[in-house]
Amino acid sequence: MQNANELESFRGDVRAWVAENFPASLQGADLAGIAGGESGAKASDTVRAGLEAWRQKLAEKGWGAPTWPVEYGGAGLTDPHANIIGEEIHRAGAYNPIPHMTGMGVTMVGPTLLEYGSEEQKARHLKGIASGEIRWCLGLSEPNAGSDLASLSTKADDRGDYFALNGQKIWTSGANISQWCGALVRTDTDAGKRDGISFVLLPMQQDGVETRPIRLISGISPFCETYFTDARAEKGDLLGNLNDGWSVVKRLLQHERQSQTGGRGVSMLDSEPLHVKAQRFVGTDDNGALIDKDLRQRLVRNYMDGAAHRLTAQRITDEASGRVEVSAAASILKNSNTRFAQQKAELALEIMGSQGIGWSGDDFAEEELGIVREWLSGKAMSIYGGSYEVQNNIISKNVLGLPETTQKG
Amino acid sequence: MAALTEEQSILKDQATSWVEAELPVQKFRDFRNSNSDGGFDPKAWSAMVDMGWTGILVPETFGGSDLGYLTFGVILEQLGRQLCASPLFASAYVGASAINMGGNDDQKQRWLPGIVDGSEILTLAVDEQPRHQRNAIACKASASDGGFLLSGAKTFVPEGMSATTFVVAARTDAGVIELFLVPANADGVSRTQMDTVDKRDHARVTLTNVVVSGEAHLAGMPSGELYEHLLNRACAGVAMEMLGIGCCSFEMTLDYLKTRKQFGKVIGSFQALGHRAAELYSAQEMARSCAEAGVIAIDNGADDQAAMSALSKAKTGEFLFDMSNQLIQIHGGIGMTDDFDAGFYLKRARALEALYGNQALHRDRYATLLGF
Repeated sequence: MQNANELESFRGDVRAWVAENFPASLQGADLAGIAGGESGAKASDTVRAGLEAWRQKLAEKGWGAPTWPVEYGGAGLTDPHANIIGEEIHRAGAYNPIPHMTGMGVTMVGPTLLEYGSEEQKARHLKGIASGEIRWCLGLSEPNAGSDLASLSTKADDRGDYFALNGQKIWTSGANISQWCGALVRTDTDAGKRDGISFVLLPMQQDGVETRPIRLISGISPFCETYFTDARAEKGDLLGNLNDGWSVVKRLLQHERQSQTGGRGVSMLDSEPLHVKAQRFVGTDDNGALIDKDLRQRLVRNYMDGAAHRLTAQRITDEASGRVEVSAAASILKNSNTRFAQQKAELALEIMGSQGIGWSGDDFAEEELGIVREWLSGKAMSIYGGSYEVQNNIISKNVLGLPETTQKG
Repeated sequence: MAALTEEQSILKDQATSWVEAELPVQKFRDFRNSNSDGGFDPKAWSAMVDMGWTGILVPETFGGSDLGYLTFGVILEQLGRQLCASPLFASAYVGASAINMGGNDDQKQRWLPGIVDGSEILTLAVDEQPRHQRNAIACKASASDGGFLLSGAKTFVPEGMSATTFVVAARTDAGVIELFLVPANADGVSRTQMDTVDKRDHARVTLTNVVVSGEAHLAGMPSGELYEHLLNRACAGVAMEMLGIGCCSFEMTLDYLKTRKQFGKVIGSFQALGHRAAELYSAQEMARSCAEAGVIAIDNGADDQAAMSALSKAKTGEFLFDMSNQLIQIHGGIGMTDDFDAGFYLKRARALEALYGNQALHRDRYATLLGF
């Protein structure tokens, strides 16, 4: 158990540090969008300079990845300490851009490297992630390997001191703006489908790699198709053992689920409580109750689902005494969060009526347009990171111990 | 499971093993089949008294242990798992809460030690119509000669036949709902057993010009507040019992999914059922968080106790409603037979769903409390 006094004194230090170091020029800027490299996010030179200064300050403290060892660019802190850093940065109206600046680096690649990487690999890759300087993407899904990831066909041929990769990946987040990629590739075509797979790391800036952004229903292009044509991955960048990539990726995907169990960062949906929006658009009776009783019932159910999700996330943290293990609970929380968030966006749209179907232009408030885009992009929540149905497979098999329901290769 | 103190953990383990050894659902079946009077086995009840469960909410000066609502809730959850019948909840949770919050020192001295040693069985008499509505109280308490004259008719009173004292919700001359302690053997009190699906003790209670002294009035809180607070606390307790019923129903169902074979495989290997189990398990985890948060909010004296109580009853109710139906559905034909226990769980689930307001009522309360 952490000493509560020690944590509170740490909180005070963090608060003072944030107040002193968060650049005033960044107040109110869409840092998540800018740091995440979103196409729609625009930033002035002042904001960009402020962001870079803020990144450097955080990186010096090791707060880009506070729980990682100091030697790898972290701060060697416990989860409760890391939570306090996040809370205090949020409380100050600031934002920690480093996780977003690294793509999949802080949330997925780094934790997996810490477990599976050689000393040499950890020394070479982790600092660039913790400091927010190197952005990572992941080459996992393929056109014919989605939920059935192990059926992937991108090949890596052994060329002596390196692997040559050939094949196509899809849904690679931020591939067009990343410096490095972690890719799941087939290294033994004769072995069983999960037994001939390896996990390699490769730089994206090379002739053998081509990326094509995919335009989504929300109008943005966070994902790419990524083509490998004799793309080169050094032997020293094989993560884990040869043909044992399935173990590596299973762990990586657990880290992914863990990172998708909470909120979605800054959201237009949170700029005004949904019931207040409903009172504004729908109207109330003399007692202040919404006049649309059907909507009111569905709204309160959504509020309760949100409360139940938050309480469960909190309870699981408490039970682990502050140490959030990557666990089966992540699948439950990913699905409950997805259900809640998608329903919430649908309710917001319904409440706004025709203002909830605007695409662009002065007929619609910025907030209204933002909500519409979030409604659309949020449809991905039940698809990415293991679909809603895949999470239920995991719960039924790994938590409840029911027999495997899917085909094993 | 909420983080428990060492003392709470010991009590929980004690309750779990005692319930499994001494009061498994088979005992409830035996009791139902025996057509005995009263709603519970007196020997089991005195064992609960001996284990100190009746004193969990009572201050030490009045013979209790004052361990709080989460502790009591954890016990209720264990009792719910095996559908243990007893007046523990009605008397030592709801009754003791009423006296603690609304009683003066004399009233506490008069009632609390009796609740702890089991010689008094209190129960809240609130409903007057089939659907619980907090304000639908017509029962009257008119001031008379320094005391009160009570008249009205109550229904669906838990442990109503075995109670020694009713905590009656009645309207004063000022039109406010207040609570009055009425001995079951007072002149003008009559009661009749209701035969309900859960085969527990529920009674109709009629009060005809019942005379009580001023000391019967629980006046320790500002006008009308005690009644609201007491119902909020009662709902959080019911939610913990419902959680236990739901969790045990889930475990029975999961067991069956792993053992019942059709088409040459255990039926849990079919994805439709695997996913249904996953959804039910997720709902159970959400319900647990809400139910525990309800009693924890009381212990913490949280500002949002009323909302948390509504959340706990509504979300636990939602889970138990689905779970009890799936308990029958997934067991198929065997689930329909009286020889199997599933029916007991379904029936008790619906009795508790109705008690102190169903899911819809608590969703409505939650929305109102949040301001819409």
